Amino acid sequence: MQPIERVNDFVVKFANVNGSGSASANNLFAKAVLRMGVPVAARNIFPSNIQGMPTWYEVRVVEAGWRGRRGGVDLMVAMNAETWSADVAEIEQGGYLFYDSTKPLPHSRMREDITAIGMPLTGICQEMYEDARQRQLFKNVMYVGGLAALLDMEAGVVEALLASQYGGERKAPLLEANRGAFRRGYAYAKEHLPTIGLRLARRDAVGERIFIDGNSASGLGAVYGGATVCAWYPITPSTSVAEAFQGYCRKFRVDRETGRNRYAFVQAEDELASIGMVVGAGWNGARAFTATSGPGISLMQEFIGLAYFAEIPAVLFDVQRGSPSTGMPTKTQQADVLCAAYASHGDTKHVLLFPEDPTECFEMGAQAFDLADRLQTPVFVMLDLDIGMQDWLTAPFKWDDARRLDRGKVMTAADLEAGHEFGRYLDVDGDGIPYRTYPGTHPKRGAFFTRGTSKDRHARYTEEGPAYVDNMQRLLRKFESAKSLVPAPVLEKAAQPTRAGVLWYGSTGAPMAEALAALAVRGIHLDRLRVRAFPFADSVADFVAAHEHVFVVEQNRDAQLRTLLMTECGIAPEKLVSILHYDGNPLTARYIEREIAEKATLFNVVPLKKVAG
Amino acid sequence: MTFLAKPKLHHPSLPTNALGFTRRDYEGPVSTLCAGCGHDSISAAIIQAFFELAIPPHRVAKLSGIGCSSKTPTYFLGQSHGFNSVHGRMPSVLTGANLANRDLIYLGVSGDGDSASIGIGQFAHIMRRGVNMTYIVENNGVYGLTKGQFSATADKGSKSKRGASNDDEPIDLVMLALTLGATYIARGFSGDKAQLVPLIKAAVQHQGAALIDVVSPCVAFNNHPGSTKSYDYVRAHNETVNFLDFMPRRDAITAEGPPGSVETVMLHDGGQIRVRRVDDGYDATDKVAVMAYLEAHRAKGEVVTGLLYVNESDEDLHSAQGTVARPLNALSDAELVPGAAALESVNASLR
Repeated sequence: MQPIERVNDFVVKFANVNGSGSASANNLFAKAVLRMGVPVAARNIFPSNIQGMPTWYEVRVVEAGWRGRRGGVDLMVAMNAETWSADVAEIEQGGYLFYDSTKPLPHSRMREDITAIGMPLTGICQEMYEDARQRQLFKNVMYVGGLAALLDMEAGVVEALLASQYGGERKAPLLEANRGAFRRGYAYAKEHLPTIGLRLARRDAVGERIFIDGNSASGLGAVYGGATVCAWYPITPSTSVAEAFQGYCRKFRVDRETGRNRYAFVQAEDELASIGMVVGAGWNGARAFTATSGPGISLMQEFIGLAYFAEIPAVLFDVQRGSPSTGMPTKTQQADVLCAAYASHGDTKHVLLFPEDPTECFEMGAQAFDLADRLQTPVFVMLDLDIGMQDWLTAPFKWDDARRLDRGKVMTAADLEAGHEFGRYLDVDGDGIPYRTYPGTHPKRGAFFTRGTSKDRHARYTEEGPAYVDNMQRLLRKFESAKSLVPAPVLEKAAQPTRAGVLWYGSTGAPMAEALAALAVRGIHLDRLRVRAFPFADSVADFVAAHEHVFVVEQNRDAQLRTLLMTECGIAPEKLVSILHYDGNPLTARYIEREIAEKATLFNVVPLKKVAG
Repeated sequence: MTFLAKPKLHHPSLPTNALGFTRRDYEGPVSTLCAGCGHDSISAAIIQAFFELAIPPHRVAKLSGIGCSSKTPTYFLGQSHGFNSVHGRMPSVLTGANLANRDLIYLGVSGDGDSASIGIGQFAHIMRRGVNMTYIVENNGVYGLTKGQFSATADKGSKSKRGASNDDEPIDLVMLALTLGATYIARGFSGDKAQLVPLIKAAVQHQGAALIDVVSPCVAFNNHPGSTKSYDYVRAHNETVNFLDFMPRRDAITAEGPPGSVETVMLHDGGQIRVRRVDDGYDATDKVAVMAYLEAHRAKGEVVTGLLYVNESDEDLHSAQGTVARPLNALSDAELVPGAAALESVNASLR
């Protein structure tokens, strides 16, 4: 058995028990790799549980900068007896197992084709600490010390991270204790453990990039987008969007002189009330949002429809997960696409944005508020757990100070005083977007009564058929106008001319670049289109028309975006070949590569001789 | 409904209020409800109250859910923005609207189906959040638009128009609001405008969650013998605890009535409500006593009306939120967007 030998290109997986304090140690490990200038792709794989169930953290050390999971494990840090067998089985041939050797393990529980490295973590902690909780907690930092020594990680980098995490006088004892545990682990490994074939070496491959999760980025985006009202109900995996908004507001939105808040933050009694508050605030001219997941979107349906028909701006962050209510709240999926696109009863359709990483969560998170005001309609920002709750290495956030919030078509008291004609649902500009007034604007003009559809162009009550149709047709024109306002798709040509294409959206982008590079090596070249919004720009249909077949890669069972493409763009089903992944775990490049390669042969995407060769 | 169109011309001698508005400036289009509907009397009381308070109509936002009662905001305050929202969910819409602009006056109009059945959850939460508003329930114990089903406020044993008896215990929104922390709670009767108008005026001036439960007979489906929400039943069983005289800040206060029977409640803006007790033992500021009183009289089949509870505490949702004095919907870009330099410091903390 040849042990794996690699520098800056391997997968370390930590197998832990939920609630044991391992998360911060594992995060410390990932950040230390980044501080050495080497990119990582990290994934937390966790159960719906607070304490006691198995949890994993996977750090893919990847100098090449790929962002997805690779699949497979080169070094398993096995800290959970319960999952031992499965964890050991997951290690690649020639890989490494790092384990707590305080108690000797029976030979039968090992593998011959891997290298086992034991360190008596529990034993050392028993000696060092009196307190039971400390014995547990410092074991985590201690294994980071052991791994640092094994992998040639710079000890100074870890110590600097600890110093910034436990800065200040109050935390000085904590810093001392953590540093002690780290140093003890490091020294033990240097003294007792063999050298291994996996190694870190300092590079300059991280650059300006930042390490953050998409939910935090979305919350920050909402601050920059001018949101002042957040109404929400806790639901995994979206909760941290609202919490991040509140956290950033405490930093940026508290009036220095009075100490009072330039935002409101209401934890509602349920999702129905959350969206109701958002609709009320939007109607009254404040920028408002909610954050939820699939089950919440289901509960909000009636209000979403009302907001669509009454033309009220609202922003919804949908962090998609495995559904339904008793579903897989800690697993990722892109399975709310159709539910969001056509949310509610009656003829409705909605604007969806598909960020691919935390950077776009910030950008689209801010832009969503401009779009909602401009289009006077609900706008969904469609994250998923993989983007939302995982820390990603991503491009830094940017903001142009010359940018102004676009409040859309709002008639002011001065406009009304000047005698501008106001009809709430009049299509003055031919783009289907009417003017609105905020309540309380003018003593004599501009007041109107808001209701669903039983109204004419001046918001007067009517149940007349032609008035209904007139309004519905204008709403279609408005949706057409949205096409040119939403983020445009991103097109990238293959290195060689090809008759096949591939199309994807959202977090699927993470493993896609890597998969496409591997496919190109196999002689399979595909033009690429990353869809960033619904309604689809005309260039999406053009892209499909320009290719014989287009693979549509998505993370749901029913090929929901493909359905949307067929329905909205009139594309023939046989042109769109689905590549689907929906087991709840993040998509890997290996999976996409294998699936596309297999189907490429079937659809004659490449000459057969090339595949054989 | 009434088929008489309202005349467009006003009589030049119509009385005006302090703002120079006539009562007509507080009206809306003609009602489409059944002739004799209690709800129309409530609309008239609302018009009268806002006219007398001399509130600029456009500074009021009127919100409702779905149902006969929720149609009524169309028929008053035509110069106010209105929102006919979703069945049972008006409270959340009103809460959001209130968060967006704390400077407007919020009037929530709902019914017993809208508030006690489908909307009981949102009803409860808007009361406990202390949203600054006047929440009027037009309570007839019956579903009108769907033709006569019992609602959740129908009394046990009350008879439907077809003779069926209601088997379920009624939900008393007044008692519910008391336990949930509403700070102004009244019950009125649509047939007694003299009592209702001051109750509405004081509620509008109250800072915090104000509920007025108005028993409002449904002439089409719930005004027959055997119903406990009929005009006859309520007139016969009305137990009025007090009468209100609402005194805005600018008016001089003159004492009336025998000493000891008049209590003055200071409003946050300096105005006062003078409560003239009918029952000398009734203290509207003693929550425990109020509950006991209401329960005792409910057991006797009486409908207790008047200002039932008041706590002029000044606290509302905005004080709990610690929001700035200016409305959130009026804040400028500079007050909302932290800018590029701040973002760069965020970036730096994430490396």
